[in-house]
Amino acid sequence: MTHLQVKNLSVNFGGLKALDDVSFSVAKNEVFSIVGPNGAGKSTIFNVISSFYKPSQGQIFFDAQDITATKPDEKAKLGITRTFQNIELFEHSSVLQNLLIGRSIHNRHPVYRQFIFDKTVRNSEIAHREAAEKVIDFLELAHYRDHLIANLPYGVRKKVELARALCAEPSLLLLDEPASGLNPEETEEVGHWIEDIRHDLGITVVMIEHDMSLVTEVSDRVLALSEGKVIAQGSAEEVQNNANVVSAYLGSA
Amino acid sequence: MRVIFKTSYLQDIRLAKHGGHVFWYTLLLVTAIAAPLLVDTYWLNEVSRFLIFALAGLGLMIVTGYTGQVSLGHAAFLAVGAYAHTYFISHEMPFVISLLLAAFTSGCVGLVVAVPASRMTGLYLAIASLAFAIIIEDMTIHWESVTGGNRGMPVPPPSLFGYEIYSAVEFYYIVLAGVFLSTILVLNLLRAPFGRAMLAIRDSEISASSLGISVARTKITAFFISACITGLAGGLMAHYVQYLSPEIFGILLSIQLLLMIVVGGLGTVHGAFFGAFLVGLLESLISISKDYLPGAIGNQPGLEPGLFGLILVLFIIFEPEGVYGRWLKLRNFFENFPFYRRNTFKRQKTYLRTDRLK
Repeated sequence: MTHLQVKNLSVNFGGLKALDDVSFSVAKNEVFSIVGPNGAGKSTIFNVISSFYKPSQGQIFFDAQDITATKPDEKAKLGITRTFQNIELFEHSSVLQNLLIGRSIHNRHPVYRQFIFDKTVRNSEIAHREAAEKVIDFLELAHYRDHLIANLPYGVRKKVELARALCAEPSLLLLDEPASGLNPEETEEVGHWIEDIRHDLGITVVMIEHDMSLVTEVSDRVLALSEGKVIAQGSAEEVQNNANVVSAYLGSA
Repeated sequence: MRVIFKTSYLQDIRLAKHGGHVFWYTLLLVTAIAAPLLVDTYWLNEVSRFLIFALAGLGLMIVTGYTGQVSLGHAAFLAVGAYAHTYFISHEMPFVISLLLAAFTSGCVGLVVAVPASRMTGLYLAIASLAFAIIIEDMTIHWESVTGGNRGMPVPPPSLFGYEIYSAVEFYYIVLAGVFLSTILVLNLLRAPFGRAMLAIRDSEISASSLGISVARTKITAFFISACITGLAGGLMAHYVQYLSPEIFGILLSIQLLLMIVVGGLGTVHGAFFGAFLVGLLESLISISKDYLPGAIGNQPGLEPGLFGLILVLFIIFEPEGVYGRWLKLRNFFENFPFYRRNTFKRQKTYLRTDRLK
């Protein structure tokens, strides 16, 4: 069953075609990777899906619902959360606070009730903490729970960002370079988490990644982009051996 | 070093996190209630003024310290609160209702500013809020039927349940009650989801919105709450000054409010109180020292704003996290001795960083 469908998507920045007629679809509970050289338009796809950019053409469907025009903050409510290529955490807050912010969509109390902080607000706060604690267990962050983000090493910050996205309990997770800047062991760990996220939590994952070993390990299907165009689609092996992909990365003979 | 052993989620949620908090804040409250016994009328009035300014600072803190929107026009909300309250009680409205209605009026004026302001960031917002403050100042001059124009208007004494209040002690208790209740409400808000949403927007608008927080709506609500609290402070301030005239609520007052929260420590409730205390103390010191300074310096017209500006600059250079930040550093240093890490308090440039990826 198709979970996310991108149809004939084009994005122009002035004269530059960042995306040119890109189409693909992601099935439920699939791990789908997008690869391509720098500037190919990979992050642009994510930014269009999360509505930070408006597409010049094309549509995006999520569970057969057209979500092309919805606002960025409505995406999380629909069940799409994401991480960022350059980590975007709330630096002045602790890990736990960050995860609780990740639960924003699950809060339904009007502001005046929050002022009074009555019993229902208190109970839902406890429920949020329990949910955040589950994610902390899942990603083994217990040691860092009360640390400020500013004190954490890079690898842990990446993990916290993933945890924050999971706290929203999405059905579709967009990971923008989850392994960039990580060492080989950490990268392998990311691979295990992605598999856990898919198997244990039943979340569909779309991932942008340069590390081909990780892509090969976890992806069901891979899409290769170059200069805004889709140049190959298929299993990791097929894409790696595709002549277009080889020439995009290495230049043609 | 205090080690807190957590056994329930409530421990993280409670306002007082451990016995030390309970003890010190109870002591503070008891001292505040006993203050009329400890100091004479002059200083009691000074304490009332400090509390009113702290309340106004708390209002500004919500918008600037927590949501990261710099407002250079908060004196305008003090003015709206003060004039509205005076107008209402001059028209026979009961004191408490008038005060709440004045706060609400100020909040509504805040909404008018907040809707366009929610699209602005950083310097542009600061300038827009400054322009707004000037408009309100002009309105207080020209809307004579309500504000009395340049002549100003007298403020009737507060009256509770048909009993008119003239003494400094009773006024002090009214102010204390107002500040206490507002602070508790703000602390509640800060530990609730909305408080976290404000912090999220301050630190990264883009990831806040990707997590389902409506940036515009949160900013507008925060501005409304901020204007309400500052308006409440304005209503109380009307009774403190006893005679309203437009020049009280000039640009200097806006800057003074901003100075307070920066000096006290942005993004903390303590900061609003520390800042109000320091700035109030500074004002008293300046006026006392004027008697002792040589006339050429003491009678300079720009002495106060000049010193305020100097202090603001020094704080921004040497201690951007304010007095409260310095206090936290000291405490952290001794608690974790010898493992103090400078990076714990490394400054991240976030207060004006709101327009990335646009």
